[in-house]
Amino acid sequence: MHRVLLLLLLLLIPVLVQAQYELGRPATSKEIQAADITVMPDGRGLPVGQGNAVAGEPIYKSRCAVCHGPKGEGRKGEYPALVGGVGTLATPKPVKTVGSYWPFATTVWDHINRAMPFNTPHILPPNDVYAVTAFILHLNGIVSREEQLTEKTLPKVAMPNRNGFVPDSRPDIKAHR
Amino acid sequence: MSVLRPQKKKPERSRRKFLAVAAVAGGSVALTSCGNTDDTPVPTGANMRPYGERAPQEKIRRTIRELTASPGTGSSRTPLQDLYGIITPSALHYERHHAGVPAIDPATHTLLIHGLVDKPLVFTLDDIRRFPATSRITFLECGGNSVGEQGGKFPETVQGSHGLLSGAQWTGVPLATVLREVGLKPEAKWMLAEGADACRMARSIPIEKALDPEVLLAYGQNGEALRPENGYPLRLIIPGWEGNTNVKWLRRLHLTDQPAMSSKETGYYTELRPDGKAEMFTFVMEARSVITRPSGGQKLTSHGFHEIVGLAWTGRGKIRQVEVSVDNGKTWAEAELQEPVLPKALTAFRFPWRWNGEETVIQCRCTDETGYLQPTREELIAVRGLYSGYHYNGLRPWRIHATGEVQSA
Repeated sequence: MHRVLLLLLLLLIPVLVQAQYELGRPATSKEIQAADITVMPDGRGLPVGQGNAVAGEPIYKSRCAVCHGPKGEGRKGEYPALVGGVGTLATPKPVKTVGSYWPFATTVWDHINRAMPFNTPHILPPNDVYAVTAFILHLNGIVSREEQLTEKTLPKVAMPNRNGFVPDSRPDIKAHR
Repeated sequence: MSVLRPQKKKPERSRRKFLAVAAVAGGSVALTSCGNTDDTPVPTGANMRPYGERAPQEKIRRTIRELTASPGTGSSRTPLQDLYGIITPSALHYERHHAGVPAIDPATHTLLIHGLVDKPLVFTLDDIRRFPATSRITFLECGGNSVGEQGGKFPETVQGSHGLLSGAQWTGVPLATVLREVGLKPEAKWMLAEGADACRMARSIPIEKALDPEVLLAYGQNGEALRPENGYPLRLIIPGWEGNTNVKWLRRLHLTDQPAMSSKETGYYTELRPDGKAEMFTFVMEARSVITRPSGGQKLTSHGFHEIVGLAWTGRGKIRQVEVSVDNGKTWAEAELQEPVLPKALTAFRFPWRWNGEETVIQCRCTDETGYLQPTREELIAVRGLYSGYHYNGLRPWRIHATGEVQSA
């Protein structure tokens, strides 16, 4: 009798730890591929493609410069600058831009791919995203005008503030009574 | 007769105008201009409404500010100075958008959960609503609330300084329940949550938090469906964590082995320290409190009794104590916490006060159940400098002038 109970319990264990409600339907690999736009800092998720600043300049001029300025300088109080500020982060006038602050080049690619151009996002094909990324990094003096960025080389781009981030140190303030 | 009134006279004028219009309309709205303490006959009242509206005299509203020249990138602020209790009406809940409010058809919207899982699944809204549900009252605060105060910019009103803060009761299914359906692989250490807005706003959440039973996939706000501007039809609710991680219009959860380092967890929502390093994944909102009445922009119209009221909140649990000073910080006395005092929810406090008509500064400070005491602005700056921006939680003093006018101190 005890053995039967034990056997029943053993049979129940997978049921208890696995799905209980059987809601939702299996996702097909095709729909996962269509929805999955995640790009990891080591480059996983980047589509095959390439682009350099030479190819990126005309795309930037027609789609990005209207807000971010022809040289990525932004418009004060209206649109963020993409260029400049390297060496200012520890000064009384820190300037946070893609060049001075963002730690990963993959994030630049991912942000453009997710969110830009602001009024018509998701229209740039992968090669255009590589090219615009290359142009912005070139404006910051991080890559040369000719350097081709690909799914292999983009994650290896050394961003100036790559080692500028640390974990949450809070609670960091001891208030007094 | 209220002793507190806004300094601007406009609302009174529009009320008078309304009364005139109502009189012309001839009883379509039940209104008596002579009060209800005499025997004047009252006409039959208005008809019922399928979906209610506030009284036409009530005008409080969110203030809207865009952060770039493109509409859809800014925020709207809750009028904390005019609200009661710990629940913000959904129509007044603060907003922060990065690419506008998307129009989503709930009949076709789906949530995809994939990546380091045993069984990637797609859920419809009907599926999500069939799971056992739970409701929870929490505060929600933008990581950038009061972002200017550290650098010395003090908005005129509490709506301007603290208005990226609201409280609501959220209803949904614990995320952990749904993650059990897909089955997590042991390598799953982070979860990227992604919205269906135009910018596909995305944040990486550590797996320990994703499995925390208090985290919800929420479809309800204050008893009805989420408002479009608050994530309709589905959003993440992570009680006590900065607003940005409570991803709205949720369309995808991607289980990964490391954080994706999205723009909103690197370029933004990170805090620059004086040494030039920046802190990242700073999720918890630390303890804070503020006096909402009397507060900046209001005016005390007479000496004598005034109840000081305000809000306190902490992402680390419950508020243990609120203290109030009415003499520019020289002495402090304990305020009464108004029940219910819930973890990671707004906590209302009250403090009776007699104003003698002299200029003074009033302020409050809170302690949470971990023993953490809300710092002064000076204490905060001494550690973080002037440029960390996000997660500012310094005290907010208000100066009461002899005229009764209240201003930032």
